[in-house]
Amino acid sequence: MKEAFEIPKLPLDDWIDAGLDFLTEHFAFLTKSISKHLEEVIYFIIDGLMFFPPGIIIIIFTLIAWRLADSKVALLTVIGLCFLWNLRLWEPTIETLTLVLVATFIAVLIAIPMGILAALSKSAYRIIMPLMDLMQTMPAFVYLIPAIPFFGLGAVSAIFSTVIFAMPPAIRLTCLGIKQVPRELIEAADAFGSTKLQKLFKLQLPLAIPTIMAGINQTIMLALSMVVIAAMIGAGGLGSEVWRAIQRLQPGMGFQAGIAIVILAIILDRISQKVGQKNRHYSA
Amino acid sequence: MEKIRAVNLTKIFGSDPKLALALLSAGTGKDEIFNRTGQAVALSNVSFEVQAGEILVVMGLSGSGKSTLIRCINRLIEPTHGQVFIDGEDITNLAHHALLELRRQKFGMVFQHFALFPHRNLLHNVEFGLEIQHKDKAFRRDKARAALKSVGLDGWEEAMPHQLSGGMQQRVGLARALAVDPDILLMDEAFSALDPLIRGDMQNELISLQNRMKKTILFITHNLDEALKMGNRVVLMKNGQIVQVGTPEEIVTTPADDYVKRFVENVDKSKVLTAQSVLIPAGVVAYLDDTPRAVLEKMQSENLSDMLIIQRDNTLQGIVRQKSVEAAVSRGDKTITSMIDSDVPTVISSEPLTTLISILAKWPWQLPVVDEEYKLQGVVINTGILAALANEP
Repeated sequence: MKEAFEIPKLPLDDWIDAGLDFLTEHFAFLTKSISKHLEEVIYFIIDGLMFFPPGIIIIIFTLIAWRLADSKVALLTVIGLCFLWNLRLWEPTIETLTLVLVATFIAVLIAIPMGILAALSKSAYRIIMPLMDLMQTMPAFVYLIPAIPFFGLGAVSAIFSTVIFAMPPAIRLTCLGIKQVPRELIEAADAFGSTKLQKLFKLQLPLAIPTIMAGINQTIMLALSMVVIAAMIGAGGLGSEVWRAIQRLQPGMGFQAGIAIVILAIILDRISQKVGQKNRHYSA
Repeated sequence: MEKIRAVNLTKIFGSDPKLALALLSAGTGKDEIFNRTGQAVALSNVSFEVQAGEILVVMGLSGSGKSTLIRCINRLIEPTHGQVFIDGEDITNLAHHALLELRRQKFGMVFQHFALFPHRNLLHNVEFGLEIQHKDKAFRRDKARAALKSVGLDGWEEAMPHQLSGGMQQRVGLARALAVDPDILLMDEAFSALDPLIRGDMQNELISLQNRMKKTILFITHNLDEALKMGNRVVLMKNGQIVQVGTPEEIVTTPADDYVKRFVENVDKSKVLTAQSVLIPAGVVAYLDDTPRAVLEKMQSENLSDMLIIQRDNTLQGIVRQKSVEAAVSRGDKTITSMIDSDVPTVISSEPLTTLISILAKWPWQLPVVDEEYKLQGVVINTGILAALANEP
């Protein structure tokens, strides 16, 4: 039944659509070309990793884990990757790993300068922080919808939405790490006549590294949690194994892919955590 | 030569310092300004100067504005009003880059809690100032090693700050400030966080470094004993204002008001006061060419049991005692030379009372005070020291 008097609905959805249509119309040529190049890069990496026999790649990853972290993490890496290989999930694992690393790389590339800006400028802080809240609380699915007209179906759209979803912790913790540098140390640097840039590179950033690494660790984990969702727009990888299992109602297959994601998550988490810990300094 | 001059420095913390400044110049009190406007007056109209090569100590309790004051000197805190001159140049309105350059060239600063960079080893900590100045690596390393050596930390270059005790950390802090070879050392409660024994060592070490280097040192402390020990002159602060400026001895002997008097009461005066302040004129003395009989007469008429012997040009020769003079008279000696005890302890006028006390503990006669040429300037006697310590004129 219709009310006699009705407050008209704000056409928020129409406005957003109109805005997105405008952006698509004028900028899609740009995003499409970015998409094309990025896709080439992604498939180049995946093809490169798939070109070598899994055994060699596993040895390389184990050595990287051993260098960046320690022998325990290296052991975890070799056992975990061999297990994934054995499950015949090698290719989706490599795809997922590539997506996660590329997304993390882009996210960090944007997040660290943004975090520095937020830490050093109050007005930047006031703009960036609410934006972070918005980006983090928005259901991640929503990013997928506008990603498609800009980047087309596939890996790049997945990376775009992953970057937006996974970036906030890296920004927040970069900002926090810089702000946490004790006032007295800043004052000491000032007393010797440091410029802002000297302070940033010789004092604030080095002291913030453990905190920034904790942020990157969070970003990696969030990126990994996006891969299943991204599989819905054809990003491939372990996510699409899960997606296929849902469509066919095959719990065994679903859990198998799920466990594979967990193993990958643990390996990435331990490596990135150790990198942060190794850079921790004792405070004065 | 005048190195630092502060003129009418005023610092007001708050959102509207102009308003508070107007009230302040109209003679409104600090508390009233805070109650009426919420602005905190940290410094009001502070003026003083520091001579080149001098240690000037600013002493005050917490909240007296001394930390704000030292930061106004290198503009880590911008003064609300007033000027700071360094080598005669007004630095209050220097543009940002000129200010950075000034800090690099003229200042070294040492902090209460050391403020060492935890991610750098000692060598890299100490060379920080030179690195900021884009000096080349070899030069930096040499200077940093030399600075570490001067504070007794050679061989520790590779250690990290957290591996060091507080005293050692502050040595690094001092070395870091010295490495840039500054004209002026700003020391903000530099030794306050150290335990008393280490603090004493560091004070002595700074004094001996200063004797070699002749820097201009502005030293902040809340400890009067430290102020009196370190300072060539002391500025006493209270509530953002200067209460008294003077040499340690002036502060102890003539406190400007009750506030200073209360401070000074608990000071170990024997370390501050010098022979100069308890010196009395030598009174009747004997000359080297006096006969024994003349000396004995002088002693009897003054009722003295001993007497100092000087030459006509005031040079101290020694002391004679009544018994030996009497013996000489009865022997019929013509001169007093043979009975002079020339093994007399002497002090110079800048000697602290502690030294005098330990000499007088073993020397029951008058203690002569002489200048560099061994000329007699006066004497010190037990009762004079006791009176000074009891604060009796």
